[in-house]
Amino acid sequence: MTAPALDLRAVARAYGGGRTLFGARPVVRAVDGVTLALPQGRTLGIVGESGSGKSTLGRLALGLETPDAGHVTAFGAPMPAPGTPAWRALRRRMQMVFQDPLGALDRRIPVADQVAEPLAIHGIGAPAERRARALDALAAVGLSAAQGGRYPHELSGGQRQRVVIARALITDPDVLVCDEPVSALDVSIQAQVVNLLIDLKAARGLAMVFISHDLRVVRQIADRVAVMYLGRIVEEGAAEAVLRDPRHPYTRALVSAAPAPGRHRRERVILSGEPPNPAARPAGCAFHPRCPVAVARCRSEAPALEPAPDGHATACHRVTPAAERAA
Amino acid sequence: MAAPLVRIEGLTVAFDGAPAVRGVDLAVHPGEAVGIVGESGSGKSVTWLAALRLLPAKAAVAGRVLLDGRDLLALPLPEVEAVRGGRIGMIFQDPASALNPVLRIRRQLGEVLARHRGLSGAAIAAEARRLLDLVGIPDAARRLDSYPHEMSGGQNQRVMIAMAIAGQPDLLVADEPTTALDVTIQAQILDLLAALRRELGMALVLISHDLGVVAETCDRVAVMYAGRVVEMGPAEPLFDAPRHPYTRGLLDALPTLDAAERLVAIPGVVPDPRAMPPGCAFAPRCAHAAPVCLGAEPALRATLPGRWSACARPDLDLAAPPPRPPATPAPAAEAVA
Repeated sequence: MTAPALDLRAVARAYGGGRTLFGARPVVRAVDGVTLALPQGRTLGIVGESGSGKSTLGRLALGLETPDAGHVTAFGAPMPAPGTPAWRALRRRMQMVFQDPLGALDRRIPVADQVAEPLAIHGIGAPAERRARALDALAAVGLSAAQGGRYPHELSGGQRQRVVIARALITDPDVLVCDEPVSALDVSIQAQVVNLLIDLKAARGLAMVFISHDLRVVRQIADRVAVMYLGRIVEEGAAEAVLRDPRHPYTRALVSAAPAPGRHRRERVILSGEPPNPAARPAGCAFHPRCPVAVARCRSEAPALEPAPDGHATACHRVTPAAERAA
Repeated sequence: MAAPLVRIEGLTVAFDGAPAVRGVDLAVHPGEAVGIVGESGSGKSVTWLAALRLLPAKAAVAGRVLLDGRDLLALPLPEVEAVRGGRIGMIFQDPASALNPVLRIRRQLGEVLARHRGLSGAAIAAEARRLLDLVGIPDAARRLDSYPHEMSGGQNQRVMIAMAIAGQPDLLVADEPTTALDVTIQAQILDLLAALRRELGMALVLISHDLGVVAETCDRVAVMYAGRVVEMGPAEPLFDAPRHPYTRGLLDALPTLDAAERLVAIPGVVPDPRAMPPGCAFAPRCAHAAPVCLGAEPALRATLPGRWSACARPDLDLAAPPPRPPATPAPAAEAVA
């Protein structure tokens, strides 16, 4: 069996701590003990709300940040330290796509030149070859050579996101980490870009981490889904199972809260309260202050992420234990 | 049906000669919730900013916006300012930038109460506390002394709603009120808006790109494309059986939780307002476009009772699935002029 593209074991990352002029700075555990694997050629969706730690997890997975605890392996080898030659070599195989294409592009440079830039950084090919490969990459995302000659502001939002995807693909990576790649796009354009990512994944055998707050988009593209709440995974499993038959009360609330036309004013689970401040994580299960089914045990004891025999894992005291489910 | 509360007639808006709103007719009746749906550049926000005289002077606005028989577009500005925050309340997408960061909530709510309700002193304090209770802010008395940055995005949006209803409006115009919020908080705010509307008997105009939010909140929906209303009708039948190919396209482009199927994207992009296509503005992206669509721009016509559609081919069977797009996107289809 081949090594997974990415393997994260009990990774944790905290920010803050120490002292400032104004006193002690609180420690925020952005990611708090997450174990996940991304097999080659598969897509893992990571969903959660603001402050859940999903973007930090993406940066840890790419080696853009070093975990405080736990470790990350890429293709079976430990993740090299950021900035080292080994890390730079790995960058070619692992690329990132961000939410805001205008912020990710330089407005003074024609987009084809920006698509070719990673080749220059990695010292791949002569200038003429780089140019040809950039045009190939643009064609692969549905943009013409003429559009490649334009500046970012001369393109639409959807076209700019295609440029960013072309730039991520030009080094022919094996892993693509996408952080909210379609959130800034209109519905009709979002569907174009999601279809493009699905086609590219199939054509190139890409492994993908797809980070999003939008459960519906994740459903279309991911094989497996991990749901995060305050830095921990509360539910993980096959995308269909997690999003059609959610088991954790938080996932249930998320699924029922995402409105859709056609499903008329159905029963919604409306959570009380707001996500707690990550710097003041509640004791026990972090979700208990908002949970409609919490019991005393949830206030004192943090539930572990327990896999059921069907491979669908849940971190909740109130979910039927795996043994009973199997019986 | 009762007389409309607000009636927009023939509204047009242009910026430096580029049309943003190209003839909108729309009525809002007392107590009803009307959803305005569309993508970026459809003119859905500009329509209501123009109606409330909130656009910069360089915007060329024409048409009529009638409230109690008075045309808001023709009134002297001080009278329009009395309407805004009085008869008509407003909330916007980003509460953090709509609130004044250096003033406590007490002061910001107090200004509205003094201006539109003529309250002062202790009456302001009592009413401000009652409003924060009404919008579900816990510990209202203490929260009055908070600054916006001390509260979460969801709480700030609740404060914005409290300020918008402080003048006891007959109509609340909410422009993407939940777009900047997490989905569990979004559900809370939508629930609050529905409860307030029931309790206060207020009409609601909900402007949103999110078809799901509008479907769950609104009685009636107007779908806008390239500065015009292309379809209008009661929410449930409109989303169940749309009569305009653009509405059908928007619904088909939405991913669902039920299945992982290839999405049916609408090819191409919205037209450049400076280079509008001949005839129907949606024709270049429409799977059903025919020669008749390239003639005069189709007007919004009644199709069924209460249903309106602006399509040159009103007899299309839109229940049938549209032709599947090719697997690889066609570059030419997305060319920008």
